[in-house]
Amino acid sequence: MEEKIGQQTLRLNTPVYVISHGNCVSAFEEDGPLKGRFDTVVEDEYFGEKTFELAEVKLQKTAITNALEHAGLKIGDLGLVTGGDLLNQCIASGYSMRDSGVPFVGLYGACSTMALSTCMATLAICSGFTKFAGALTSSHFCSAERQFRYPLEYGGQRPPSAQHTVTGSGAVILSAEKKSKLRVSELTLGRIVDFDVTDINNMGGAMAPAAMDTLTAFFTDTHSKPDDYDLIVTGDLGQYGSDILRDIMRQNGLPLGDNYNDCGLMIYDRERQDAHAGGSGCGCSASVLTSYILPEMELGNLKNVLFMATGALMSPTSVMQNQSIPAIAHLVHFVREDGSL
Amino acid sequence: MIKKDNYSEYVKKKTKNSPLAKNCLWAFLVGGAICTVGQLILNGIKKLGVSPEDAKIWLPIILVFLGALFTGFGLYDSLAKRAGAGTIIPITGFSNSIVSSAMEFKKEGFILGVGAKMFTIAGPVLVYGTMAGVVYGIIRYIVMMIWG
Repeated sequence: MEEKIGQQTLRLNTPVYVISHGNCVSAFEEDGPLKGRFDTVVEDEYFGEKTFELAEVKLQKTAITNALEHAGLKIGDLGLVTGGDLLNQCIASGYSMRDSGVPFVGLYGACSTMALSTCMATLAICSGFTKFAGALTSSHFCSAERQFRYPLEYGGQRPPSAQHTVTGSGAVILSAEKKSKLRVSELTLGRIVDFDVTDINNMGGAMAPAAMDTLTAFFTDTHSKPDDYDLIVTGDLGQYGSDILRDIMRQNGLPLGDNYNDCGLMIYDRERQDAHAGGSGCGCSASVLTSYILPEMELGNLKNVLFMATGALMSPTSVMQNQSIPAIAHLVHFVREDGSL
Repeated sequence: MIKKDNYSEYVKKKTKNSPLAKNCLWAFLVGGAICTVGQLILNGIKKLGVSPEDAKIWLPIILVFLGALFTGFGLYDSLAKRAGAGTIIPITGFSNSIVSSAMEFKKEGFILGVGAKMFTIAGPVLVYGTMAGVVYGIIRYIVMMIWG
């Protein structure tokens, strides 16, 4: 039986295994530090489709197809897919799963969606709803720009704190039945935290308090500390958000050491690529999770990882109405177990 | 101690600001260059025998066309990335804002996409510019009436 520990964390006593992962990114991500690690790289942002939104649908379909191939499964073998994206009404996810014939739960967590969808897929397995579940998400630079910001050819200037939305999709397949060396040990669902940041160009700054809140909840609930883990990652706090997180965690008595990193900083080479404060978007944490974190765990280089994605829950409308930016962070604790299965 | 009530200031302090001096210099140089090109075009048109009044009408037409052309070629935003206000303020920036929106929303069709959304960025300029003209006109009319 799963065990609720503390206020926000569930400890899984019945193992839920991560049996495979898949991703699909664009040439810009492939040009970064994680070059060569991605399953599929798309040269042009349209991915052969008429619109960016349809391209994002195709990114998702490709990512989940890759994950299913790696697991030796077909889409019909999944009892549930959880997914979401940044587009209005989450159309990238709805349309990518349209022909799947699989029960689908659409979620909105903004850039926290990879962690959120993994948590929800895990809970579905724990509840007995299904034995095989997929967690999926994506983002696309062009579709995000046209929805949240400006037309692509518009001559606007972006400040140093702005981030570059990752064009990428990631999928993870989880199972209670088929085993692997990687499993979900705990999951922590976050609360919405709003520290009155109104600067739409500083998402990292807006989201850092939510990251602190969820991380603190996890450490408190599990009676652990940052040093206990090989790697702690945040989804897309970027340069300034991650600096701020280090400060506020230290102030909270839980300092983050060299084992802390941010997916937004891992996906791009900020010296060479025009990515300002780093990568962002649901696809940021999803592509780093599936191209680096889980593969490194499979190789045995990482054994104990906290994967926490953060999301900013504002919309262009709320920003125009001068509302501040609320944020949320969800966390998954992945562990690798050596020894025979 | 960082708390919710001082958090915004703390974030501002931690976040690198745009390089103000460099941005101002680029804006000055590029904005000035665009205006110089405009002046050269104006002089050129007049040399071709066009009257000064007509030349003043031809100039914005040509500059708006050039802004649209460079936006279509995907070059305007590359320049604007460095130039900032230097490319936004001249009339070429106005053209860029309309053309970039038209290009972007063509995917939603000509009526609801291009037609409806073409002015999402330039709209305020059109509304408040026209309104300012009306207000100025009313003030001028009243002043002329009083002082003849």
